[in-house]
Amino acid sequence: MSDAAMGMNQAANSGASSGPLIAADGIPLKQKLAKTTRRMKIQAFMLTVPLVLFLLVSFVLPIGQMLYRSVHNPTGSNVMPNFAVAIKDWDGQGLPSEEIFEVFVKDMTAAKKNREVGKTIGNLATRVNYEIPGSRSLFTKTARKTKNITEGPYKEALFAIDKRWDSPQLWLTLQRVTNDYTIAFYLAATDRKFDEKGNIVLADELYQIYLPILWKTIWLSALITGLCFIIAYPVAYLLSTLPLRTSNLLMILVLLPFWTSLLVRTSAWIAMLQTEGIINNVFVYLGFISDENRIQMIYNMTGTVISMVHILLPFMILPLYSVMKTIPPSYMRAARSMGASGTYAFTKVYFPQTIPGIAAGTLLVFILAIGYYITPALVGGSDGLLISNLIADHIKKTLNWSLGAALGTILLVVVLIFYWLYNKLVGVDNLKFG
Amino acid sequence: MKLTKLLASTAIGAAVAFGASAASAKELTVVSWGGAYTKSQVEAYHKPYIAKTGVKIKSEDYNGGIAEIKAQVEAGNVTWDIVDVELSDAIRACDEGLLETIDHSALPAGADGTPAKDDFLAGTLYDCAVANIVWSTIFAYDSSKMANGPKTMADFFDVAKFPGKRGLRKGAKVNLEFALIADGVAAKDVYGVLATPEGVDRAFKKLDTIKKDVVWWEAGAQPPQMLADGEVAMTTAYNGRIFNAVAGEGKPFEIVWDGQVWDLDLWVIPKGAKNKDTAMDFLKFSTATEQLAKQASYISYGPARKSSAPLVGKYDGKDIDMGPQMPTNPANLANAVQNNFEFWADNADQLNERFNAWLAK
Amino acid sequence: MEDAFVRFDKVQKSYDGEILVVKDLNLDIPKGEFLTMLGPSGSGKTTSLMMLAGFEPATHGDIYLGGESINNVPPNKRGIGMVFQNYALFPHMTVAENLAFPLKVRKLGAADIEAKVQRALDMVELGQMGGRRPAQLSGGQQQRVAVARALVFDPSLILMDEPLGALDKQLREQMQYEIKHIHENLGVTVVYVTHDQSEALTMSDRIAVFNDGVIQQLSTPDDLYERPQNSFVAQFIGENNRLHGKVAGVSGDECKVELDGGGEVVAKTVNNTASVGERTTLSLRPERVEIEPKKGQTDNTVTGEIKELIYLGDHIRTRMEVAGNDEFIVKVPNSAGNKPLAEGAQVKVGWKAEDCRALDPMAV
Repeated sequence: MSDAAMGMNQAANSGASSGPLIAADGIPLKQKLAKTTRRMKIQAFMLTVPLVLFLLVSFVLPIGQMLYRSVHNPTGSNVMPNFAVAIKDWDGQGLPSEEIFEVFVKDMTAAKKNREVGKTIGNLATRVNYEIPGSRSLFTKTARKTKNITEGPYKEALFAIDKRWDSPQLWLTLQRVTNDYTIAFYLAATDRKFDEKGNIVLADELYQIYLPILWKTIWLSALITGLCFIIAYPVAYLLSTLPLRTSNLLMILVLLPFWTSLLVRTSAWIAMLQTEGIINNVFVYLGFISDENRIQMIYNMTGTVISMVHILLPFMILPLYSVMKTIPPSYMRAARSMGASGTYAFTKVYFPQTIPGIAAGTLLVFILAIGYYITPALVGGSDGLLISNLIADHIKKTLNWSLGAALGTILLVVVLIFYWLYNKLVGVDNLKFG
Repeated sequence: MKLTKLLASTAIGAAVAFGASAASAKELTVVSWGGAYTKSQVEAYHKPYIAKTGVKIKSEDYNGGIAEIKAQVEAGNVTWDIVDVELSDAIRACDEGLLETIDHSALPAGADGTPAKDDFLAGTLYDCAVANIVWSTIFAYDSSKMANGPKTMADFFDVAKFPGKRGLRKGAKVNLEFALIADGVAAKDVYGVLATPEGVDRAFKKLDTIKKDVVWWEAGAQPPQMLADGEVAMTTAYNGRIFNAVAGEGKPFEIVWDGQVWDLDLWVIPKGAKNKDTAMDFLKFSTATEQLAKQASYISYGPARKSSAPLVGKYDGKDIDMGPQMPTNPANLANAVQNNFEFWADNADQLNERFNAWLAK
Repeated sequence: MEDAFVRFDKVQKSYDGEILVVKDLNLDIPKGEFLTMLGPSGSGKTTSLMMLAGFEPATHGDIYLGGESINNVPPNKRGIGMVFQNYALFPHMTVAENLAFPLKVRKLGAADIEAKVQRALDMVELGQMGGRRPAQLSGGQQQRVAVARALVFDPSLILMDEPLGALDKQLREQMQYEIKHIHENLGVTVVYVTHDQSEALTMSDRIAVFNDGVIQQLSTPDDLYERPQNSFVAQFIGENNRLHGKVAGVSGDECKVELDGGGEVVAKTVNNTASVGERTTLSLRPERVEIEPKKGQTDNTVTGEIKELIYLGDHIRTRMEVAGNDEFIVKVPNSAGNKPLAEGAQVKVGWKAEDCRALDPMAV
């Protein structure tokens, strides 16, 4: 170091007593430090950029879009922009005024000619049909005829096409539907609807589906998680205590299902469990049951539970194993040497130490189970369906994406609630996934 | 499943891109229901068309519905050029602006010179869709296991007289019609009754009587398999699938035509299809008298043209007359219902919801 | 010995049915003794301890505790306190809960437990640490808790399995004294396993040196150091110079040995192993060798060459080549009268016959 630098250094040091620390070149030490570490920070950040972008595109955006779609449905205003404005301030008493009817008829005539996706009468008809079942054809039929209405009174002309237009409920619904933001899909997703007067009421019992299925999904997931735990705990214990060679072999057996296609595994269960399947055949052969009374074990809840327990089992075994592996046998020995019986030592010493693994395993299995789709779809039959199957139905079959999104959002919230509960009970820091 | 689909579409995308850059060779992606049905189309439509025009045809399978079409059209990346859909889906997709409109006058006249609009059966031509076949949902049983088998739809619902499991398609459509027919409603009155809340209750009540014995199916290939496995004693099915199991694989299955619900399959062209013109050309070619008749010799679905009916001969290389196997055969139509697409367009959402709720109970 | 508190009687142990890890172990430990099992890893010392604790069954033979065979007594009924290599403190319990564990198992009253726990904590000078978790303590503190936990239920026998292995050198030495003092104060019997010979020498009443599944020598520390009975013990305990040779003649308890590297020396015969013509290995402690001895002061004198000098303050560690052994160490006291040494110099070295033990031959 040159003399000059030495001098600077001394100056810096002497300055320390009066103000902030100064580096040799006179820049405050904190700034200097920030500058030298900034490069590293930028580098570290750059390494995460691909992942961040990936997550943004494949995770954050779709979920954001789902949340948005569940409350935002612009079909009404897209198809009938003028009518949407006109009916906005209607007081909802009786029927709207003649002027509003005129706008409606003109919008409908215009929409009938529109072939643009999302702006056709068909789109509006579908949207209204969600709220008033059976009204779809009213729109498609009427739209074919409105071009003949050239002058007022529009109200009577519309009633002449179809009597059903003379319904305050229909116009209340149209007012709601032409508003881009709606809670209708959340109502539907919780088995509720608007009645004729626009009040929120519970749907007819015969049509209540989503809440019962949601509860069923939750308790089935809990059941599956519990069964997984009961089966996985001894297996994980065995794996963690056996000599490495043997445990590696067993571990391959545990992981083998992981490497097999989900469909293959599920089909294997179908072959096993169906009424003419292996298990029933064995039972009949052994005389446990008669040929006529074969047990129905698939295409129902039993089938769903059995195959999902099998499929999700590794997710329970692996965190348990990884935690158990870190518990040296000396703990149990220490407890035994101090006079504890095997059971006492297990419950007071071993078991409490596996709780992080149990927590991670149960959380993992529960969350996976609650959103499971393919297995219940294949083996669930009538009463083994889960909420995700209904979501898939709305995305793939009925094309009611908004309702699917609302159901998806509710499922997401349920999962978050369970996560929050877990955090309260176990503490997320204590989870050990592997 | 997703992945294979993705890979498939990637492969197609690559093929399309490659094809486009390579030469002026035309490409066409034809989407249909797979299995024996697609095979009949390949034999009757694709092969002659390739031979005639040199267009490369990519055949893809799907499971019905308009979800994929909607997704492609909305994303502005339409890779499917022509799709075989059910009537109610065709109407709805057309209503929602997802399909190209089709000029009926451009369709070829019948073999006898009758203009297309008169040659096609009534109710088979639509703004955006042209029917190719008439198919039907029937029920069938294994005659080797049931010597004195069921004869009527009421028998299907009579588990006391004919014990054993029943296979039904998971969904409200067709099952409600079957239930009412079994309960004594005349075929022509079915939709009238179903339009009333009491009618719906009545149908579900009838379904209640066999609910615990039902095994539900979803894909068309399942019912013949379930019958073959002995998983069910009788099952509803698409008539062509059962016919092919009988004619093609020699299965001892028997079709009961009583109470059949027949429907149409139609060609539609998604809006903005990449090879729209070729697709239109293919549509005209495949719905000509000769091609429709030819398809009927591979699978027991009836041609949508009147002029095709006399040309329908025997099953592919075997001595089986196809005529009696068709849903439209007069004997089979004695107590039959035509699927009412308008009723289902109006009520499918609500009735499926009730159906699912009923199912989950 | 009829009054042995712990007795191993012809104990054998094999894990795989092919190799004996412990071969015919016979060992009596009187009450109140601090006995150390010392040996390299794989010598069978830990296995012997585990058999005593009850975690491993003996393949053959009996183990007695207080005169009763305990072969069929499960570990929790043996009443033996144990300190483990990595302490085995239960991480999910506080220090006090750890100490209370054996007392709770014995269903003591809450007040009683509290008093005993506090006393044990005070004993290891951790009176204020009862509320902490083991992970919040230093290694030395954890070690003390482990000792306290093994003692808290007043067992008459404590087993320690390399308890200080995880500590650094300074802490280890301090803990050695603490454990020794606890032993002296409580009068409890201790069986201690270690592979560290200085630890064994510091703490033990007696040391059992294990090798190859057999006790090589069972003696007090000074006896082991001064009078090793075989080459393994001589080599394993303390620093040792080896000279290989052949017995040329025997007279009384002394023998003449012809060294391989030339020269002839007189050595003390041990165990009557040496007879004329047989090979032997001589064992000689470095501090018993004199440089340039006066005539008559030593029985043996040979010439060697100084290879290396290491200055260590109180003494100079001198590496020499003597009779073909170039690892021959001599500790030269740094006293006023000594002549300075130079590397490469030829000097005479000598030692008394009684300090040089003729033991079983070792491989050259």
